[in-house]
Amino acid sequence: MAELSKDSGHTDAMPNVSEVEVVDASSETEAVAAVEAPVQRGEPILQVRDLVKHFPLTRGILFKRQIGAVRAVDGVSFDLHQGETLGIVGESGCGKSTVAKLLMNLERPTAGQIFYKGQDITRLSGRALKAVRRNIQMVFQDPYTSLNPRMTVGDIIGEPFDIHPEAAPKGDRRKRVQELLDVVGLNPEYINRYPHQFSGGQRQRIGIARGLALNPEIIICDEPVSALDVSVQAQVINLMERLQDEFNLSYIFIAHDLSIVRHISDRVGVMYLGRIAEIGTDEQIYEHPTHPYTQALLSAVPVPDPEAREHRERIILTGDVPSPANPPSGCRFRTRCWKAQDKCAQEVPLLAVPERFKGTDSPAAHESACHFAEEKDVVHAA
Amino acid sequence: MTSLETAPANAGPDGTAPLLEVRDLHVEFKVRDSVTKAVNGVNYSVNAGETLAVLGESGSGKSVTAQAIMGILDSPPGRITKGQIFFQGQDILSLPENERRKLRGARMAMIFQDALSSLNPVLSVGFQLGEMFRAHQGLTRKEAKAKAIELMDRVRIPAARQRVNDYPHQFSGGMRQRIMIAMALALEPDLIIADEPTTALDVTVQAQVMDLLAELQREYNMGLILITHDLGVVADVADKIAVMYAGRIVETAPVHELYKRPAHPYTRGLLDSIPRLDQKGQELYAIKGLPPNLQQIPPGCAFNPRCAQARDICRTDVPALVPVTGEDGTELPGRASACHFWKETLRG
Repeated sequence: MAELSKDSGHTDAMPNVSEVEVVDASSETEAVAAVEAPVQRGEPILQVRDLVKHFPLTRGILFKRQIGAVRAVDGVSFDLHQGETLGIVGESGCGKSTVAKLLMNLERPTAGQIFYKGQDITRLSGRALKAVRRNIQMVFQDPYTSLNPRMTVGDIIGEPFDIHPEAAPKGDRRKRVQELLDVVGLNPEYINRYPHQFSGGQRQRIGIARGLALNPEIIICDEPVSALDVSVQAQVINLMERLQDEFNLSYIFIAHDLSIVRHISDRVGVMYLGRIAEIGTDEQIYEHPTHPYTQALLSAVPVPDPEAREHRERIILTGDVPSPANPPSGCRFRTRCWKAQDKCAQEVPLLAVPERFKGTDSPAAHESACHFAEEKDVVHAA
Repeated sequence: MTSLETAPANAGPDGTAPLLEVRDLHVEFKVRDSVTKAVNGVNYSVNAGETLAVLGESGSGKSVTAQAIMGILDSPPGRITKGQIFFQGQDILSLPENERRKLRGARMAMIFQDALSSLNPVLSVGFQLGEMFRAHQGLTRKEAKAKAIELMDRVRIPAARQRVNDYPHQFSGGMRQRIMIAMALALEPDLIIADEPTTALDVTVQAQVMDLLAELQREYNMGLILITHDLGVVADVADKIAVMYAGRIVETAPVHELYKRPAHPYTRGLLDSIPRLDQKGQELYAIKGLPPNLQQIPPGCAFNPRCAQARDICRTDVPALVPVTGEDGTELPGRASACHFWKETLRG
C-alpha cells in the first residue's frame, strides 16, 4: 500500500480560508511543524499529565447554580509510546470513555495537559489543532449507530477527505476508498452499498477503514469488539494487529473484556472512579498485580476452562461502584476493599512504584496506587 | 436421565422424566414473502437441580427456543411448525392458553437480559414484585408488599424495607438484575430460564449475580436454562452445555468434556478464538466467514461454508445429532455431535 503511506511536505499547503480563529500565525506554523515531525519507535508520542474532567451538576432553570460535579476523570497521567498498544480497562463509569473523548479533543479538560509530540493539544486551536486531529483518529464501539445509514460506504470512508482535502486529491478519492476497503478485508466493489447491507463485523471494518483514511499515527479504540459475536471478534482483533504492524500505528485500546485487552496490549492501565489504580506491562498487571482492585477484577473474570475455575481463588467484591459525584475520601476503592484501614480514608494513595518493591527487579515493581500494595497471582490455578 | 439424548425413550409422566424436554422443535417467522427459519429441530432436556447452558451467537435460535418454551413467542409472525415441549411430563404446546398462563410465573419463570427495559419505569419495584402474588395467589396489596420485602431481602438488596417503594431507575444495574431474579423466584417455580442475565453487567457485579443465582437454584432445587454467548460464564456454572448454530444443536456435552475435547468444528473454533487471561497468546484463531442468513441456510451442514474440514458430503447431507463414542466404542454419557466427521474432530 505505497499510496497510503504518509505524503510529506504539505505543511503549508492549502491554508484553510474557513478558519476564523485569530492565532499568532508564526507560532501556529511552528506548532503544525512540530506535530508533523516523525517520532522514533518506542518514544512517547502522547503524554497525558494530571488530566481532570468534571461535569458540573446544576440546579435551577433560570438561575442555574452549580451544586456539585461529576468527577468523571480526576487526575490521570500516562504515556503512549510510538508503535505500542496501551490497554485501558475498568468498569462502566470509571471514566475510560471520557479519557478517550479528551484525547480526541472532543471535550475540553477541566485541568491537565495532553502532549502530542511535545505540543499541549488542549491549548491548540485552528490550523494546529486540525493537524493534530488528522493524526489521532477513533474507532467507536457500536458499528450500528456510528455509521450514517443514509450514506454509502464510499461516502462514509471518504468523508474525512472533505475536512482534510490535502490527504487525498479530489480525483483520487474513490480509488483511495477502494484501497482502504481492501486493506480492511472488504470487497472494494462494495463501495456503493449502504451500512444496513453489512453484518456487525463488516460494519466494524468500515469504521476501522474510516479511522485509517487520513493515515493517523494514533487510533483510539473505544470498546471496538464488544458489540460483535464471539466468532467475529477474533477476525477484527487480528485485523487490528495486522494494521498496526503495516501502518506503524499506536493504539489506545479501551475495553472491559480483560482477556482481549491482555491479548492486544503491550501495557495496561486499570481505572477506578476516574483515577488509574495500577499501570504496567501486560505481564506485570496480569501475572503480578499489586492493587486490590486489579486483583478482584481479574479474579472475577469467568475463565472458559471448568478445570481452572475450581482451583482459582475468587474475590467477590461487595456493593457497587460509588457515585463519581461523591467519591469516597482518600483511596476511592476503600469502600469495597478488604484491606482498607484508617489511613486509606485519610490519605490519597499516589500512583507510584510501591516503596517495598522500589529498586528491585521484581515484576511487582510497577506503578500502583495503594497504601498496602502486595503481589498476588489471581489468574492461575493455585 | 442425566444425559441429553437425541430421542429419549423414557419421557413420560413417570418419576424418571426430565423436568423439561424439548423434542424436535421447529420455529419459523413469516414476514411478507420471506420465511426465516429460526429453530430447525432442537432437542434438549433439563432435570430438577440441573443447569443446562445453551450457547450460541446472535441468530442461533437460543432465545427463540426459550420463548417457545415460555409461550411468549411473537405470534404472528412467529409460529411453531413442528415439535413438542414436555414440562413435568405434560405436552404444554397442546394446552389451551389459559392453562399456559397458569404455568408462566408460577411453575416456570424467565429472567431477561436488560433489566431496565424489562421493568416498568412508572411503577415501584415493590408494586411490580407484589403483582406476582396478587395475580397468582390473590393476596391483598398489604400482604403482597410484605412478600415483596421478603423477596428483596432474599436476593440481598440492602435496606429492602426502605427501598421497596423506589422506582427501577433508582437502582444500579446489578440491583435491578437482582430484582428481576426476585421476580422470577417469587412463586418458587420449578424451572427458570435466564436469557443472558449478566451480559449488561460489569465483571465484578456479574460475579455477584451469578453466585446468587447458583445459590438460589441449589436452595430451591430448580432446573435452570442459562442462555448465553459467553464461554467463560458457562464454564463457571453449567452442568451440561448445548451449542447452537443456525437453529440447530450442533453439540451437547457435560461441561468439562466440552472444553477438553470438543466434538464439533464450530465448538472447537469458538474455544480457539477466545484470548486467554492467564497467558499472552500469539495470533488468534478466527473462524472465517459470517454466521448464516436464516432465510437461506446453506444446504447440508449449515456450518460448512465456514468449516476448515468440510468435504463434499457436508455440502449435501444434513448431519444428524448422533451420540459420541470413546475409542473403545462405548457411548460417552451426555455427548452428541452433529458433524459427519466428529471422530476426526474429537481425536484430531
